[in-house]
Amino acid sequence: MKLGFSAADEAFRAEAADWLMGQMTGDFVDIRHIQGLTASPDRRKQWEQRLGEARWSCIGWPEQWGGRDASLAHQVIFAEEYALCGAPGRLGHIGVELAGPTILTFGTEAQKARFLPDIAAGRTIWCQGYSEPGAGSDLGNVRTKARLDGDEWVVDGQKIWTSLAHVSDWIFVVTRSEEGSKGPKGLTFLLMPLDQPGIDVRPIRQINGEAEFNETFFDGARTHADNLVGAPGNGWNVAMGLLAFERGVSTLGQQMGFRNELDAIIAAAKANGAASDPLIRQRLAKAEIGLRLMRYGAMRMLSNTDHARPDGAALTYKIQWASWRRSLGELAMDVLGQAGEVTDAAGYDWPTLPNLFLYSRADTIYGGTNQIQRNIIAERALGMPREPRGTQ
Amino acid sequence: MNFAFTDEQAMIAETARGFFTQNATSARTRAAMAGDGIDRALWHGFTQELGLGGIALPESMGGAGLGMVELAILAEAAGATVAALPLLGSLAMAAQAIVAGGSDAQQAQWLPGIIAGTCIAAPGSSETATASNDHISGDFDFIPHGGSADLFVLLAAGQVWLVAADAPGVTVTAQTTMDQTRPYARVTLSDTPADPLPDAGAMQRASQAGWLVAAAEALGGAQACLDQTIAYANQRVQFGRAIGSFQAYKHRLADMMIEIEQARSAVWWAACALDEGSEEAAIALHGAKSFATDTFAMCAGNMIQLHGGIGFTWDHDAHLFFKRARALQSMLGSNAWHREQVAQLIGLGVAA
Repeated sequence: MKLGFSAADEAFRAEAADWLMGQMTGDFVDIRHIQGLTASPDRRKQWEQRLGEARWSCIGWPEQWGGRDASLAHQVIFAEEYALCGAPGRLGHIGVELAGPTILTFGTEAQKARFLPDIAAGRTIWCQGYSEPGAGSDLGNVRTKARLDGDEWVVDGQKIWTSLAHVSDWIFVVTRSEEGSKGPKGLTFLLMPLDQPGIDVRPIRQINGEAEFNETFFDGARTHADNLVGAPGNGWNVAMGLLAFERGVSTLGQQMGFRNELDAIIAAAKANGAASDPLIRQRLAKAEIGLRLMRYGAMRMLSNTDHARPDGAALTYKIQWASWRRSLGELAMDVLGQAGEVTDAAGYDWPTLPNLFLYSRADTIYGGTNQIQRNIIAERALGMPREPRGTQ
Repeated sequence: MNFAFTDEQAMIAETARGFFTQNATSARTRAAMAGDGIDRALWHGFTQELGLGGIALPESMGGAGLGMVELAILAEAAGATVAALPLLGSLAMAAQAIVAGGSDAQQAQWLPGIIAGTCIAAPGSSETATASNDHISGDFDFIPHGGSADLFVLLAAGQVWLVAADAPGVTVTAQTTMDQTRPYARVTLSDTPADPLPDAGAMQRASQAGWLVAAAEALGGAQACLDQTIAYANQRVQFGRAIGSFQAYKHRLADMMIEIEQARSAVWWAACALDEGSEEAAIALHGAKSFATDTFAMCAGNMIQLHGGIGFTWDHDAHLFFKRARALQSMLGSNAWHREQVAQLIGLGVAA
């Protein structure tokens, strides 16, 4: 058990930091420290391509497909340096972290050759079509239909919470391809181009006034039969396999964003005197401890090579960070006081900390609500009886 | 960077778990609780048969030369059974103080006995005790296993002192203590001859080891609370179903696991930070002590609640965990104090 990095690792850190800082103080200074998922999409697409050209886009991937076969330590280091230098959130993250690994694991050789180089090079941006109005926590209730018509799949239905759909080129969707099937059976996993007449993307306005998520409507939308991943009717297994990728190295980059948010709260507390309040000090200390435990939880998760056993750190990670960040939003408002409830902006547009308070309410919902997370932990990690299913 | 046990560490953990599970049984622990809070046969087995007393002490002083990770592994296993042992006071705190700040002669005089388990050492401190010509007078409260100690390692008047229990002017008053597996004693010294450690900074090292071992004990205890409650949840039937099938029950178990997994990260982070001399060590130790012992208290409280009436009885072991958890929260600095240290370390300045 060792936490320190080797000299070779530190040399790699210097190389990565040097390149990143060069970009963020040079060609891409205009998108440094950018917030939100969707601002400046054109420049951020160019940034994705720059990452790809320098082979920094997906360093954990095999070299054959545009990665570097990077070690775990190097992936950790790159994620940390990426966030430290103020590089913007990855517009390509769904492709790099979800679509790519899914194709690597479940795709055919032809699919790998067709899709992976474009993802690695930042030429295609991806989004995810899982949730539906009637299938949120209950993903097995998917109703979007797919039928094979000659050498094309034809898709009708609606997805929701499709973040980035309005700037993406491709979407992966879980569809129901077997008439009358229920639950996880009869689902099919398809890759679809978004730019076609049968797909309509409409933004959803959120409680913070922004619109990062969308509804995506499919009306006779088409994709070639070659864009089926896995076998027809086997989409559930592919979708569940994909969920496992969501706990990768990217969590460390996400944590660096949390670090910036906590630092902003600490700075605000020092500026307005809240930092001398013993109760606020206790809460800031708890937040600091919680953030660091997140980092070391991620390290445990990443160091675990025994993937056959349920990994406690991994199974509890989502609810841990989501709950931590929601509490952080509340702490931010307690530090700011009423000053946090007004803004100089003309529109309903909030600075970082009030926005954190509002936005973090989504954290404990998307990607599996806290209640669903507790079910998963109790059932998969602790072996408790499963929730009974309704008959509908 | 590899934040997982080495094969050797995994083997030590397995050995320790096996030893405590087999030997630190409820019946034996309760027998010790009725006495001075030490299971002598268990202590003998741990120090003599397994030879683990010196695990984190240098080889040159008769130890095994391993580190804080290995010491924490033992403490976690001991905590899982609420074992009645002077592990924290004697092996972690007193021995580490003597290693860090003692003279060659002091180390040669005391460490072999502590490692062998034949000498029980107990740490303590006093804000009011006075020293004059290497003689001390004053009261030292809350000395863990103080009623059984052969040697006291005491912080007083800006120095760390070794005081033999049989020295003149020593009065030891064992106190009825809520956690009977680690009873406290009040030690009163009256012009008692004391041997100062050359380096007064030794107590800092002792405290660090103490915070880590307290956190590791808490981690083991918290996991045991969860494990035993899960077993009960699967076996107890009400309304025609195992009570563990109720979502209200499952979610409390999940909440326990969520905290325990963070406590686990905290303990191994703090142990590694100490072993590697990381600049994060202070924040890691304050974080681990406060987080892990709060987690243990939450899990032990849930253990009672989720067992219902049986969990409130003396015959059930839930109260052993509950009382140990409470003691760990309060000892070696309250958790609010530890968080206040973190607040200062992250640059919040001083409190109002």
